[in-house]
Parts: sequence; structure tokens; C-alpha cells
Amino acid sequence: MARAEAEPAPPSEQTSPAPVRALALAARGLGKRYAERAALRDVTFEVRSGELVAVIGPNGAGKTTLLSILAGIQSPDDGQVEGLDGVGWVPQHAGVYSKLSVAENLRLFARLERVGDPEGVVGQMLEQTGLADRADDELSTLSGGNRQRVNVAIGLLADPPVLLADEPSSALDPRQRERLWEFIAQRRARGTTVVYSTHNVQEAERHADRVLVLADGELLFTGTPRALELEVGGSDLGFEEAFVRFLHARGH
Amino acid sequence: MRWLLLKDLQILRRSPLLVALLVLYPVLVSLLIGFALSRGPDKPKVAFVNLVPPGQNTISLGGEKVDASRYASELFRSIQPVRVHSREAAIRKVRSGEVLAALVIPSDITQKLSTGLQSAQVEVVYNNEDPVKGRFVEQIINSRLADANAALSDKFKDIAVQDIRLLLDGGDFELLGRTLHILGLRRTEAILAATLKTLPAGARQRPPLIQVRDFAGLAVSNLNLANDVLTTVAQPVQVKRIALKGATTPLSSFAVAVAVAVSLMFVTVLLASGMLALEREEGAFTRLVRGLVSRAGLLVEKIGLAAACAFLVALVMLCGIALLVGLQWSRFPQWVVALAAGAVSFAALGVAIGGLAREVRAASLLAFLLSLPVAFLALVPSGAVSSGLYAVIRVICALFPFKPALQALDGALNQAGGIALPVLHLLALTVAFAVIARLSMRRFAS
Repeated sequence: MARAEAEPAPPSEQTSPAPVRALALAARGLGKRYAERAALRDVTFEVRSGELVAVIGPNGAGKTTLLSILAGIQSPDDGQVEGLDGVGWVPQHAGVYSKLSVAENLRLFARLERVGDPEGVVGQMLEQTGLADRADDELSTLSGGNRQRVNVAIGLLADPPVLLADEPSSALDPRQRERLWEFIAQRRARGTTVVYSTHNVQEAERHADRVLVLADGELLFTGTPRALELEVGGSDLGFEEAFVRFLHARGH
Repeated sequence: MRWLLLKDLQILRRSPLLVALLVLYPVLVSLLIGFALSRGPDKPKVAFVNLVPPGQNTISLGGEKVDASRYASELFRSIQPVRVHSREAAIRKVRSGEVLAALVIPSDITQKLSTGLQSAQVEVVYNNEDPVKGRFVEQIINSRLADANAALSDKFKDIAVQDIRLLLDGGDFELLGRTLHILGLRRTEAILAATLKTLPAGARQRPPLIQVRDFAGLAVSNLNLANDVLTTVAQPVQVKRIALKGATTPLSSFAVAVAVAVSLMFVTVLLASGMLALEREEGAFTRLVRGLVSRAGLLVEKIGLAAACAFLVALVMLCGIALLVGLQWSRFPQWVVALAAGAVSFAALGVAIGGLAREVRAASLLAFLLSLPVAFLALVPSGAVSSGLYAVIRVICALFPFKPALQALDGALNQAGGIALPVLHLLALTVAFAVIARLSMRRFAS
């Protein structure tokens, strides 16, 4: 059973006890197989309200499978997820319609989500994403960054307490990534819990409160980026080097 | 679901080229098929050279002159003759490809026909470079020669019957410019009978005269049957055509059913497969099935959208054709039922293809690759292939909606059998393909 092996409190929490936050999402013993291959093995963790959690790991580690199970798109073969209600989902590839405009995409999903005031929410999202002036443009004419903003905005239309994002910044240039993280930070400031997967470990170190390290479907670590550095015995290593050493040490 | 429908209609509205292709291509294909089916092949060009000297086209049979050139018209019924004046010129035309074949009538044909001692021969020259072409020429020429032979045979029989009648009943007969009087067997028998009555009972002449009278009587009785016997000899086998099923449909009306079924199939299958695959290709599928729309609901929406669009296209097409061809408007409700059942079934096949292909281009390609052969197989008539192969074709056709859709449309348009069975068949296929589509969507999220 691969439980989190180290879960030290963040440095700030080591000096002053943090307030106990409500449980936003929990995975209990999740397992998933694709034919003979185990994509996830007994993955257990919790996410507290307002946390920003990054799921990192090498290719094929099971990050997308984990997030799609948390989002309710796939069913686990073993285990269960708690707190599925009110989860917003941002797929890796922008799940939007290229032939519809920005506003039409937002309006469609607002109606499907049965939000109280679709037009009001659409206007609000256009403002928050900074895309009000592109509202009537077809998605196919937008840059990758702007498409991704629409993608994230759709995930937030129903104002979910938890947002799950599968590699939200993977196709973006540095400037677009910065704008995306500003947008996510705004949502987090409003209390939204965010769980995202990423290949970019620097992005995890910079933005996440906590990282979950997955490899070959096993959860190897859950804790702060700093705690991961300490786990491999070096504070001068830098997070990326510490992450690579950690995986090596665990045979990956 | 209505928001999804509206979304799909918006997407279609913004893809005018795609919609135009989706409608025009199948309509064009179906019109071509209909045209080919209803018109039949053109008359092939055949070089024709008649080497019989002018003025010698007549055959003398039993004192009657028969113009052999009249029977050449039998040969021209299925060909377009290109007249040339020599065998060499005819062969040159075959070699150059200007004509499909050459038909050479030899100079001695009338002489051989007149003697009746040996068969007359005509010569057929054709290129055998292409086996299909060779077979086609053989079939055309053989069939026309059979008709010409039958016509000549009839004429020979008529002349023979006339001669026998002369032998029976007597009359005048022209030979070498002289008129000969034939007594006839009936009158011979009557004269002998009258003569016998005048002779005494013990006369020496009676026995031989009785023998001759009896022979004349026997000959009269048997030669009376000559007409029937000669008819049988001339045409030992005659054709009596009995259509067992579906044969009341004229070819042009059946072509309408084929054209509409092909259009319905292409529009529905391409639309349904493409629209479902688009959901995955755009990445929206994972969003939709997270409680916004059920997978079954998504399938129903795609089937409904594709079926409704294709139904409208096919109905408009059918109404347009009906104005030209003269279909029975009184059967309009049956048209609607057949079109609706066909559209729903094709749409179910479409979503199954979309679910399996998962990408719009792959789905479109797969839809074409699957639909076209199935449509062609459904048009293969029984007897055109071996019975084993035909059994396989029947099974394949039963597994796809084209054949039952065609049967339903044929039934609705032409009263060629009821539409209940094909419609039930279509509904069963709808359920089966919807289940396949639903199962294939399991892979959409991966």
C-alpha cells in the first residue's frame, strides 16, 4: 500500500499552528487498471479547502487518470472519492467548441450547468478572464493562451468550491502562463480549492501549497515542495533537482 | 439536450461548405446511380459490312421470295451499326477502337439459306484485350443473332406450313414461270372413296384402291398437325415470365428508391459520426458527461439531429423527384415512415462509427468505406453470383440498414411489398448500433 511517506507541515505551519480547514476532497485507496497495466494503485490523500495542490510525476505516472477520476469522468476500479459535488473541471485540451464564439461557449456550458443567471455569469467570466472584447470571436481565432483562459473559465462557471485542472499551462508560453496563474490566484483568493497536474515542476514549486508525487500509479509523496527537498537531504539543491533525486531514490 | 441541439445547429450553420458537400455529394451520387439504373447501357457501336451482292438479298423458299435484309434489323436492335463496305475496313475500325466489334455478312449467306442444306454463317470480329468488353460483345451479338435466327425460323415455318396446306387442300403452284395445279390429299381421298362406291364388291381393283384411300386419309390426319409440330421445332423452348416478388416496380421507380436511400444513408451516417467524434476531438466530451449530459442522452441527441436533418433532405429530394417521375402522392404517409425509420437507423450506425473512430476525419473515412460497399452489395441481384456468395451478401446486408431502408422505401414508393418488416428490421438495427455506440464511448474519456 503506497501511502504518503512524508507529510510535514509547511515551514510557516511549523512555527505557528494553522487553522484546521475543512476537507474539500479526499481520495481513498483509488485503483485503476487499463487491461494489464495498473494506472493507479491504492492512492490515498486529502485536500483541504482553499489549498492549491499540484500533482507531479513523470510521463505515464497516472496524473491524468487520477484527475479524471477525481472529476467523475472515469470510475475507479477500487476505492472511492469523497467530495465530488461541486467540482469544476478543466481538461488538458481545451474542451471548447472552435466554431462557437467565446460568449457562446460560456453561455452553452452555463445553461448546461443550469446556473441561475447564465447571461450574468457569462458577463462576469468575460470580465474576469479579460476576454470581454473578444466575446464574439470564434474560438478558432484565439491564441492558445486565450483558449485556455476560456477553458478555465468554463470550469468555473458554476462557481465550484474545487477546481481540477489537468495540465492547464502545458501549451502556453511564459507570458500566457503568468496570466493564467494570476487568474487562478484570483479564484484561490476567493476560497476556491485548486488541484492541478503539471509537468513543469518549477510551476509546482512556485504556486502549489502542496505537491503529490505520482510514479507508475503510486503516490510516493505528499507534502510541501520544501519538504520534498528536505526528503532528499538538501536545501541547496533546488526543487527540480530534488524531485529528480527523489524519483531516482525510489527507483523511477 | 435542447442546448446541445442548438449548439450543433450553430456549428453546422457556420460550416456552409461542409453542409453543402454533405448534401450535394450524396445527391449527386444518388442521381448518378439512379440515372445508370434507369437508363441502361448505351447501344454499342458495331461496324456492319454486308457482302451480299446488291439484288441478291432475297432467298427463294418453296417458290416464295424472302427478303433476308429485313432480318438484319433484328441485329440492329441493340447496336448502333456503323456501315462500312469491306471486311478490312470493318476490322480497321475494331482495331482503332472506333467500334466495339464488326459484324460481317458473307456474300454466300442467301445462297446457303436458300438451299437449306447447310447453316449460313456470319462473322463477328472484336478485340479481346479486355475480358469484360469481350463478354459484353459476345452477349450482345449472341442475343441478337438468336433473335434473327428465331425470326428466320418463323418465316421458314410459315412457308413450310403453306406448302403442306397446298399438299392437303390442293391449289395452284408457281414453278419456273408455270402454274401447276395440285389436287391435294383431301380431294384425292374423296375421289377414291367415290370411285370405290361405284365398284362391285368383288372387283379386283378394290384392295389396292382401298390401300391408297387409307393412306390419303392417314396423311391428311397427320399433316393436319404439321403447323403445331413445326412451331415446336422452330421454337422448342418458349419463355413464360412469372415474377415472384417485387417485380411490379418499374426500373425508374426503383431507381428513385435507390437514389433516395443512398442520399439518406450518406447524409445521416456522415453527420452522426462526425458530430459525435467532434465532441471528443474538441475535448468537450469529458466536460459534458460530468453530469451535464448522460452518455445515452448525448447519443440520442446526435441520432436525433442527424436523422432529422437527413430526413428533411431526403423528403425534399423525394418530393422534387415525385414532381418529375410521377410517384403516388397518396402514399405520402408511407414515405414518411420509411424515411424516418431509415434515417434513425442510419444515424445509429453513424454514432457507432463516430464512437469507434473517435476523430472526425477517421469517422468520415470509415463512414464512406463502410457505406459504399454495403450499398453496392445490397444491389447485387440473386443469381448474379454463386449461391454461397449470395448467402454471405444477404447476411452482410441484413447487418446494415441500407437494404431494409431500400426495401422500406421501395415498398412505400412502389407498393412493392409491405413496409412493416423492413421498418421493424431497421428499428432492431437502430437498437443494436446504439448499443455499440454506447459501448464504444467508454474509450472516449481515455
